[in-house]
Amino acid sequence: MSSALSLAHEPVTGIRHGKLGMWIFLASEVMFFSGFFTAFIILRNTNLPVFAHGASELNWPLAALNTVNLIVSSLTMAMAILSLEHGNKSKFQLYMGITFLCACGFLVIKYIEYTAKFSHGIYPGTSSFFGMYFTMTGFHAIHVIGGMIPIGWMLAKSFTKRGYQDWERVEILGLYWHFVDLVWIFLFPVLYLIF
Amino acid sequence: MAAVATTQHDHAHVATHDAAHAHDHAHHSVSFIRKYIFSTDHKTIAKQFLSTSMFFLLVGGAFALFIRWQLAYPGEPIPIVGKWLPDTLVSNGAVQPGFYTQLVTMHATIMIFFVIIPMATGAFANFCIPLMIGTDDMAMPTVNMVSFWLVPIAGLTIMSGFFVEGGTAAAGWTNYPPLSASGTGHTLWVIGVFLVGFSSILGGMNYLATTLNKRAKGMRMFDMPLTVWALFITSILQVLGTPVLASAVSLLFVDQVFHAGIFIPENLLTSTGGLFPSGANVGAGGGGQPVLFQHLFWFYSHPAVYIMILPIMGIVSDILATFARKAIFGYKAMVFALMAIAFLGFVVWGHHMFLSGMSPLLGTTFMLSTIVIAVPSSIKIFNWLGTIWKGNIHFATPNLNALGFISTFVCGGLSGIFMAIGPIDVYIHDTYFIVAHIHYVLFGGALFGIFAGVYYWYPKMFGKMYNETLGKFHFFLTFITFNLCFFPMHMIGVGGHMRRIHDPYVYEFLKPFQPINQFITIFAILMGFSQLILIFNLLWSLKFGRTAPRNPWRANSLEWAAPAHPGHGNFDRDITVYRGPYEFASPQSKRDYLPQWIRPAHVEAGQEVAVAEKH
Repeated sequence: MSSALSLAHEPVTGIRHGKLGMWIFLASEVMFFSGFFTAFIILRNTNLPVFAHGASELNWPLAALNTVNLIVSSLTMAMAILSLEHGNKSKFQLYMGITFLCACGFLVIKYIEYTAKFSHGIYPGTSSFFGMYFTMTGFHAIHVIGGMIPIGWMLAKSFTKRGYQDWERVEILGLYWHFVDLVWIFLFPVLYLIF
Repeated sequence: MAAVATTQHDHAHVATHDAAHAHDHAHHSVSFIRKYIFSTDHKTIAKQFLSTSMFFLLVGGAFALFIRWQLAYPGEPIPIVGKWLPDTLVSNGAVQPGFYTQLVTMHATIMIFFVIIPMATGAFANFCIPLMIGTDDMAMPTVNMVSFWLVPIAGLTIMSGFFVEGGTAAAGWTNYPPLSASGTGHTLWVIGVFLVGFSSILGGMNYLATTLNKRAKGMRMFDMPLTVWALFITSILQVLGTPVLASAVSLLFVDQVFHAGIFIPENLLTSTGGLFPSGANVGAGGGGQPVLFQHLFWFYSHPAVYIMILPIMGIVSDILATFARKAIFGYKAMVFALMAIAFLGFVVWGHHMFLSGMSPLLGTTFMLSTIVIAVPSSIKIFNWLGTIWKGNIHFATPNLNALGFISTFVCGGLSGIFMAIGPIDVYIHDTYFIVAHIHYVLFGGALFGIFAGVYYWYPKMFGKMYNETLGKFHFFLTFITFNLCFFPMHMIGVGGHMRRIHDPYVYEFLKPFQPINQFITIFAILMGFSQLILIFNLLWSLKFGRTAPRNPWRANSLEWAAPAHPGHGNFDRDITVYRGPYEFASPQSKRDYLPQWIRPAHVEAGQEVAVAEKH
């Protein structure tokens, strides 16, 4: 019945449902990571030596590389959106491909970091610092993986015969991807750079 | 139905009539699974939420009766079911101490996370928002479906704790560490709460997007019924509060599995393997902060109290206005009061922690912010009374439940002020006084409101009328037994009866309370079994109920413009909103109500009766 009636009209706010939903979801995500940062601040202030020692054991050059990695992927994501909006399919594929590779690279470096910790006998239970470290970076990595799935799907779809044209959807994904980047921008100094 | 609407109402329909029919047929081919199980239709999802919560209501209620039995007749076998329970839970049919703590934990967990929240938001937000803002479905129907299916998965996860070694979660529904930082049951609790929280976030995000984006033509925010306003504001609480609970339980999970010492204090070692596995070097890497968990937990769980009560306040506002045949008193004040309660709800969490160790200055701040909530709450109470004042009150079942809500909520609100005041809370904290308070606001408040809403929208949900006699019988029985059950708890609470205690009579000073406890238990059992009348009424009326008209309550909001049992897409005509939702006894109209969707031209021509009622 609905399509014959005009009940399903244009969004009242002028913002597509999915995009509005994503902004609301990101607000929720901000609160989710805020919980972790709050816990980190409280624990750090009450266990300063443990936290300073823990942070000194982290590999900050690798994390710095990962920071660059994610910033580049955010840039290429924005360019992918722009390319698709202008109907430039090959550029979209190029930039989306780089974004996906950057995400893979991020996870590889994260894997190297984690395994190096495990080989030194450092686990989430080692200290409250490492409990926080593995929880925060772990949830962030899950978010990266959660972004890679639609990125890969859109990329794969654009190689099919029908192609992929819905640039607004890519834009919604881009919002999420920039948020994931932003969380890392906070995680990097808080975990790695404060001794 | 479409034909009737077309001829009467909307000339534009003539052209689209055939298209509408073609589309109708397309919907008939939807498979059974897509239609009833993995449905994306908001009304089906609402019914799924409702039935799941009803099931959990019975489970949680049964747990409550086990608790009551133990307090009234400690050591005596539970009647009927006692002999069927395994020996790990009962000895000779009587509740064991370990089982008792699991019961109090699971009773509250189920009632809060799987009954009140899914009913108040899941069922009512899903059912009411699209219908009341005049649209066909939610903004994100698939997300909506996922939001429902997370609830039974989470419920099964938590309930499966009963079958693991050590039993299910037993640290109280708040699950404070360090008590909750070990054991498989607690880990399952954490996973379940995380999932149900995710469901809540997805739901809230959908309700917000729908309300903002999908309102019918002509409907401004301040043309929305208070139910929609309340659900809208509740959704903000869900979206911003729930993730903090998610991060709190995630960290608790890390403590449980890896013994990281985030919440577990330093040197809480148990080489004997008591609380933690032997040899677990708990908290060796620096002292954890148990109070930190409490802060994070209550940062969500106090707003959660408002997630449970605000939708009910909205529902009750609509019901009272409809059955008093009067406009709601102070519509905008009601909206702003909802906003104020929601905002204050975020800055008062510390009042749960007066005894957890807190700077007295901070405690005073929390005390003041808590007491301030009485102001917007009173605005609402007085406006409700103003609404029914000199109204033409119809005592139908939804209205009886709504009035029951007001009286019990006032009582619960007043006992809340006792607890808000630090020095008094120090005395009554963790006593039965708080048990009485929470049940006056959450059973007497939220559940009566939910009953009111279920009766009120039952005709629109299922196309049938419920049985009014049974409905009234259910209300009066519940209302009387409710008060006789929970009111005495105030008194034993002030007398020092602890909140969670397996056998209170090990203490000499609590022995005189046993007759009161028995009195409470008798009425708790009666109250529990009264709910079977509700279940019977709802199920029986599905089959044998009178067919419902489109607008049985002669109400004004948009859901009553839809067919009696709306199909996919909800409406059989275009909806344009011309006025607010509370135009009762309007001088413009000959009738005592003037629905939102009636065109001014029809009103002037005196045709509104024909347009609104002739379906």
